[in-house]
Amino acid sequence: MNTSLNYAYYPGCSSTGTSIEYDMSSRAVCAALDIQLNDVPDWSCCGSTPAHTVDHTLSSALSARNLDQVASMGLDSCITPCPSCLANLKTAKHRMEDAGFRDKVNNLLDKPANTQVGTKSVLQILVEDYGVENIKKKVVKPLTGRAVGAYYGCILNRPAELMQFDDREHPMAMDNIMEALGATVVAFPLKVECCGASFGIPRKDLVMRLSGKLLDTAKGIGAMALVTACPLCQMNLDMRQAQVNNANDSHHDMPIFYFTQLMGLALGLTEKELGIDKLCVSPRTVLDAMASEQSVKERAA
Amino acid sequence: MKVINVNLSYNSDFVTQVEEESGQKLNNCYQCGKCTAGCPYTDEYDIAVSQIMRLTQTGQKDKVLNSKSLWLCASCESCTARCPNKIDVARIMDVLRHMARKEGYIGIHTIKTFWDSFLGSVKNNGRVFEVGLLANYISHTGRFWTDMGLGHKVLPKGKIHFTPSEMQGKKEVTKIFIRFKEESAKCRAREKSREISADSRSPQDEYVPELRLLSRVFKHRNLH
Repeated sequence: MNTSLNYAYYPGCSSTGTSIEYDMSSRAVCAALDIQLNDVPDWSCCGSTPAHTVDHTLSSALSARNLDQVASMGLDSCITPCPSCLANLKTAKHRMEDAGFRDKVNNLLDKPANTQVGTKSVLQILVEDYGVENIKKKVVKPLTGRAVGAYYGCILNRPAELMQFDDREHPMAMDNIMEALGATVVAFPLKVECCGASFGIPRKDLVMRLSGKLLDTAKGIGAMALVTACPLCQMNLDMRQAQVNNANDSHHDMPIFYFTQLMGLALGLTEKELGIDKLCVSPRTVLDAMASEQSVKERAA
Repeated sequence: MKVINVNLSYNSDFVTQVEEESGQKLNNCYQCGKCTAGCPYTDEYDIAVSQIMRLTQTGQKDKVLNSKSLWLCASCESCTARCPNKIDVARIMDVLRHMARKEGYIGIHTIKTFWDSFLGSVKNNGRVFEVGLLANYISHTGRFWTDMGLGHKVLPKGKIHFTPSEMQGKKEVTKIFIRFKEESAKCRAREKSREISADSRSPQDEYVPELRLLSRVFKHRNLH
């Protein structure tokens, strides 16, 4: 294991609001594993989905400002917890390799864009740079007692040629981490199906249908909780779960964790520092069951 | 079923523009339908994504840019991930959306307004200010009941802020948007002057699209 892991960290807008617990738990987990995160100074929005639906030059210019901020730190790579930020930052770097496109982006910027800064997800560096085996060695409270499913969402690994991580149809990074933490992982067949993305406000009916399907399937395969790596997926499945139940006449009560939150618990961090209380669907029953199973095992040992 | 005479409505400029802006070869699509089979939104689409591909190949600009599907595509990348010919279909959908927007085709008002409100928030604050974004969206759509029911769930969690996050460089972000608007205006002016010169073409030029279509078909056959 490389003992001096050190990255520029781009939190993304949702980390300051609706996905604050993803940011809290990502930072806490990295600190617990001696992974140093350096905040990108004065970072701005990557433009997310709305920017690339309007124009690719605009989208890349918004990302380029941030890549430039990373370069100003003397670093050539950064990590982000959010798949949408990840996709935009990576796409900008990739497209700006074309000189004609880069010129158009530069027309929108104060100074020419940096084209050297690469981006990875927090999940990717945990798996590839730190290593699942090394994570396993740090577990002090195994996640025993309840079955969890891993839901990746659609853009964490796609398009594959750009993302260069895990599998486009059957990713395993989070499944492997959860298994290393001692959880019983159920194979979630819809792990890369769309949750309804950012249509929650303009076309809520789409989110109700697609997220409803994810929750129905998760329940059907016996998952007691899902873990996600995407703020939008988590928000649709957690914050909107009551809306989904109303719309579909279902009765789900399924906690939706960020994978970093369960990682933190297994590493012995407190619920408070992982923002467990920020979740809308209470995870109390599942967490208590894990804790009691764990104490039974400890007593047996 | 409506029959379209592609020779009459084939718009070669449209095909060229989509290919140039997306970097994809439209003729690589052989209509297997795998993109449509995996599209989570296909039940809502007025034209399935594989049909959008076929209509784009055959230069049916007006029909394609009028489609609601362009606005319902969530860029989930399923089509791109599953295309056996490695066509980045999601990128083509993105490019078609750009063209539709530029030419004033607004398929679904609420979705366009949401995206515009999001970007307006970024332009003003440098980062997304969620409450401001929602207020802007509601004021433009009149949908006051949007997510009202979530307030009591989310507010106590301390996730929602009523003032935007402060960043020093927000003027740099605003400038990106201003320059983008200026560049887009220059681009429109250039296109307009091209259209004027195209209008003064000789009558024989009208046959060019068909000839180009034929030459494309032959080129395609020779390749395979």
